[in-house]
Amino acid sequence: MTEKLLMRGSHVIGETAALSGCRFYAGYPITPQNELTEYMAGAMDKLDNGTFIQAESEIAAINMVIGASMAGARAMTSSSSPGISLKQEGISYLAAFELPAVIINTMRGGPGLGNIAPAQGDYFQATRGGGHGDYRTIVLAPASGQELAGLTRAAFDYADKYRIPVMLLGDGMMGQMMEPVELPDPLDLDTLPPRPWKLDGAKGRPSQFIRSLFLDTTVEEDHNWKLNRKHQNITRDISKAELFETKDAKMVIIAYGTAARIAKGAIKKVREMGLKVGLIRPITLWPFPSQELIEISRHLRDFLVFEMSTGQMVEDVRLALEGRGNIHFYGRPGGIISTPDEISKVIISLYHRQHLEED
Amino acid sequence: MTTKVFKRPKYLKDAIFHYCPGCGHSIIHRLLAEVVEELDIGERVIGVPPAGCAVLAYFYFDFDMGEAPHGRGAAVATGIKRILPNNIVFTYQGDGDIAAIGTAETIHAANRGENVTVIFVNNGVYGMTGGQMAPTTLAGQNSTTTPGGRDVLRDGAPIDLSQMLAITKGSVYIERTAVNSPKNIRRTKKALTKAFKAQMDGLGFTLVEILSPCPTNWKLSSLDSLKWIDDHVTKTFPLKVIKDEIENRSNLATEAINQT
Repeated sequence: MTEKLLMRGSHVIGETAALSGCRFYAGYPITPQNELTEYMAGAMDKLDNGTFIQAESEIAAINMVIGASMAGARAMTSSSSPGISLKQEGISYLAAFELPAVIINTMRGGPGLGNIAPAQGDYFQATRGGGHGDYRTIVLAPASGQELAGLTRAAFDYADKYRIPVMLLGDGMMGQMMEPVELPDPLDLDTLPPRPWKLDGAKGRPSQFIRSLFLDTTVEEDHNWKLNRKHQNITRDISKAELFETKDAKMVIIAYGTAARIAKGAIKKVREMGLKVGLIRPITLWPFPSQELIEISRHLRDFLVFEMSTGQMVEDVRLALEGRGNIHFYGRPGGIISTPDEISKVIISLYHRQHLEED
Repeated sequence: MTTKVFKRPKYLKDAIFHYCPGCGHSIIHRLLAEVVEELDIGERVIGVPPAGCAVLAYFYFDFDMGEAPHGRGAAVATGIKRILPNNIVFTYQGDGDIAAIGTAETIHAANRGENVTVIFVNNGVYGMTGGQMAPTTLAGQNSTTTPGGRDVLRDGAPIDLSQMLAITKGSVYIERTAVNSPKNIRRTKKALTKAFKAQMDGLGFTLVEILSPCPTNWKLSSLDSLKWIDDHVTKTFPLKVIKDEIENRSNLATEAINQT
């Protein structure tokens, strides 16, 4: 399909999911992501073998996804921050069961009920596993309509390949904005890798089971190391960031998702004024693209982390750079959307304070 | 010449149960394995064990099983069954699992008429965690968290989940049985068979509540536990068919087929 369509972000996720072989969706109403749930109701209905369930709770929705995934389907759920907190129990089980699943988090202001404005306060929850136990989920951070399509397809593929829950971390801005998009081709379900672990009845094979209980501590330890090896492989294989105007940069902004779009606008402004500023935009938040940061740190010292929170990803930047360079932070939590003007002022001030114009 | 008159059912693995002496799970496991064998559904049955004493059921049953988080059995079973409508899906849940932490999942699965079978083992106590009050603990009954007995004004009265589920439109067949006598064990097996058959016919949500002894946490002997069920538990939870619309639904289904 090479046709460009003007589509709302949430619909891009939904349509790409259907094109990517998603055959099961369960969700619960919560703003600002209802457009996705509503879209999935229609998208699953259109398919011969699609299932849509409006679940009685976020917890039920993620557990239905567990069941559908056990049965071998590509399955997805979506919610927004408070709902994602409720799903964390199920996400922990998905990780323990080593089941593929895709979870969309359209972040909103928090903590608590917070508000429904775009925010990035769930970074810690998303990138540290989120639920109980020693695990990680792959976290992808789209920043455009086209990337919503690409990363939704990738989310299903990664989930299958590594047998791991994958979270797409966006916000209401990503969900609502209309951009031209080229959707991926529909996936032939027969081309998907086999799922010998799935539960579909012990016909022509020995019976099997999926569990997360390992009472023998040595067995649980083995299970944890197995998950850890998988996490290491994922870190090696899929870490990804977009680099923008970094070649001659004396300072880079590090921002993801909506914040990265705002930062890009600011960078364009300050570049016109002759300030050499670039952007590193993590596309995978877990695994965090540490290597890209280390690479850039060979050429410059000043990093400005910009987040729509009081500072969460900035900790990963510090961990990645391990003292290489000066790490500055600017954040606006609570659903405040900074303007490129506001960010450009922060950049200009910092640029001069660090005497970068003199180098 | 000797004849074998009693053997391990086909779908019970050659493993030793970890259950306490006098526990009802062993009997119920055997009945379930016998029913699966007699209905010849061993190659398409998928079981969902709970958190609780029966979590290790996948070590005993020789068919596919997928563990559910505590209380979420009905939601997990919903996901499996919707993807594999031709498979036979059941959950195996205790009273705390189904009637406390998993109440919502259970009621809504019944209300949607999910075509799954729930095996609800009611022993009136949280067994695996050491004998705390369950939603089904009898009024006045001692537990580790109601040391002076369950006070209905303070702790609430024992909850009759099966009755609650019966008022949902999606439930088809709900029966309460027990495994404390040969007669009741036979009735339990009949009920399980009926529930699975209804699922095979695609009729909707079925549930068999089984009153089951927990001598360890009741602090009674095995024999006294069986008697306790007759003398006390059945006074609050009488053995009966709570709902049976199998005939009606079958007729409706036949009519629908004839009309198309």
